[in-house]
Amino acid sequence: MPAIALAPENHIAATRPIAAAHPLQPVATLANVTKRYGATTALDGLNLALRPGEIVALLGPNAAGKSTAVRLLLGLISATSGAASVFGNDPRDPATRVRIGAMLQVARIPETLRVREHLDLFRSYYPRPLPMEEIVRIAQLDGIESRFYSQLSGGQKQRVLFGLALCGDPDLIMLDEPSVGMDIEARRGLWLQIRTLADRGKTVLLTTHYLEEADALAHRIIVINKGRIVSEGTPSEIKSRGAGRKISCRTDLDIDYLRTLPSVTSVERNRDAVVVTAGEAERVVREMLLQDAALSNLEIASPALEDAFLALTSSR
Amino acid sequence: MSTASLVRPIAPASSLAHSLRIYGKETKYEFLKLLRAKSFSLSIIGFPVMLYVIFGIANRHVQQGGEDIAKYMLGSYACFGLIGAALFGIGVGLAGERTAGWLEVKRASPMPPMAYLLAKCITAVAFGIIIVSFLTMLGVAFGGVSLSARELVRMLGMTMVGAVVFASMGLLLAQIIPANAAAGIVNLIYLPMSFLSGLWVPIRFLPHWVQRIAPMLPTYHLGQLMLNIFGYADAASAASHWASLVGFTMLMLGASWIVFNRSQQNA
Repeated sequence: MPAIALAPENHIAATRPIAAAHPLQPVATLANVTKRYGATTALDGLNLALRPGEIVALLGPNAAGKSTAVRLLLGLISATSGAASVFGNDPRDPATRVRIGAMLQVARIPETLRVREHLDLFRSYYPRPLPMEEIVRIAQLDGIESRFYSQLSGGQKQRVLFGLALCGDPDLIMLDEPSVGMDIEARRGLWLQIRTLADRGKTVLLTTHYLEEADALAHRIIVINKGRIVSEGTPSEIKSRGAGRKISCRTDLDIDYLRTLPSVTSVERNRDAVVVTAGEAERVVREMLLQDAALSNLEIASPALEDAFLALTSSR
Repeated sequence: MSTASLVRPIAPASSLAHSLRIYGKETKYEFLKLLRAKSFSLSIIGFPVMLYVIFGIANRHVQQGGEDIAKYMLGSYACFGLIGAALFGIGVGLAGERTAGWLEVKRASPMPPMAYLLAKCITAVAFGIIIVSFLTMLGVAFGGVSLSARELVRMLGMTMVGAVVFASMGLLLAQIIPANAAAGIVNLIYLPMSFLSGLWVPIRFLPHWVQRIAPMLPTYHLGQLMLNIFGYADAASAASHWASLVGFTMLMLGASWIVFNRSQQNA
């Protein structure tokens, strides 16, 4: 796959000085935001800040409040209390939208328009749109520009929606479940595009229920459940916080003794091996090696992000 | 504010050109979208044409109390057709785009909301004109209808008025009916209302109770104004029909505004 650039260098330099000028100022924030629908609380005092050029993944089970957070930042809904801010302005102000691209979950978009026509219309909304060829290249729409939307596969439809989000050459891009309906190859292609955007200084917020996606893509993962932040950190921090790492080895050490070691959460016997789960694996291994010189077949595994995620969200 | 200084200023002239371009493209693609959707364009044009052939053309050269039936029916089926284009194009179309989430994608973009509404309204007018042109050609070519240029121009003008009036009704319906039942509900309103207003069969052939109900329906007043162009209208003054149509439009737009604001507050 060829390396993908968002736009020629001179174009980038001309249109987006923002991130460079204010490296520390957040691009978008939710400050103590609560959102209620009748008796249901979708977001409960949520705080969120997106820094320029970072990819943040909002991870959580269904109805955790991910899409509500995105809709607040897009100005599509208003907070019950607290404030949403994008580029220092109220996101409900239409002028703010010129610098935002959004890919939302859509059941159906007009099917009797061609891909090129959809892009042409969305490009017209922005004062400085990205050139058509650039959008086609980045969103991988080569060869299907003249097709009607109704003739596209699920993955191609998602790529068109991604292309629409790029039309205005936005500084902030919000992607709500972007890779739904894509096969593995298409998904990896999309990840590459999203990383390229971030390398160019664009800020990306994505929601996903694909844990692998958050792990592969995000600089920072925010796990939310029932409208509250459960955990926040880099993918590796989230993993270690959730379930700890698994130490597997052959040893003669007593299981009850292993349970007393610091940060150990569980000890199991698996055939002739012992599996110790511990938050601070290095300390535990050091101790075990000191106590048992004959210890063999040592393996240390990080838990899948999925395990960490389940541990984090089920305990609340 | 540091970010405010980074908002790029746009000169007023280029801003106007930019807006015009958005409105132009929005309208062009709205029209193309519906024209290519054969389930819409064929039925919305085909239905009034078919009925006019059956009831209008078949009665050519029939005179009834000084009225040419084929010409009378041209006026009433013109109304029937343009009302359908407005109610289905806007009512059903907008309800579908709202429920599918497409409207939300558009709202998240810098598209001016008025561009979206105006494009739908202009498209309804365009379809109305296409339908009325078809009916007129049929009437003149096969129905023995003679039409002066002045009458034709006034018909097309009334088509635009009617499309805007029923566009306002479509706007309200789009916000209150569920999308999966939209076509059915619109038909349940549109077809009886057209019949009871004498758009299918001249009103004086209908039972007395129908003739008493008709003046309560906006479709009746549009029909009478259209027939007035040929000198076929009822005894009521054109001004009263105009007043009814204007009042109805205001009512629809006002109710739409209230429903829209209420949904915004709940969102």
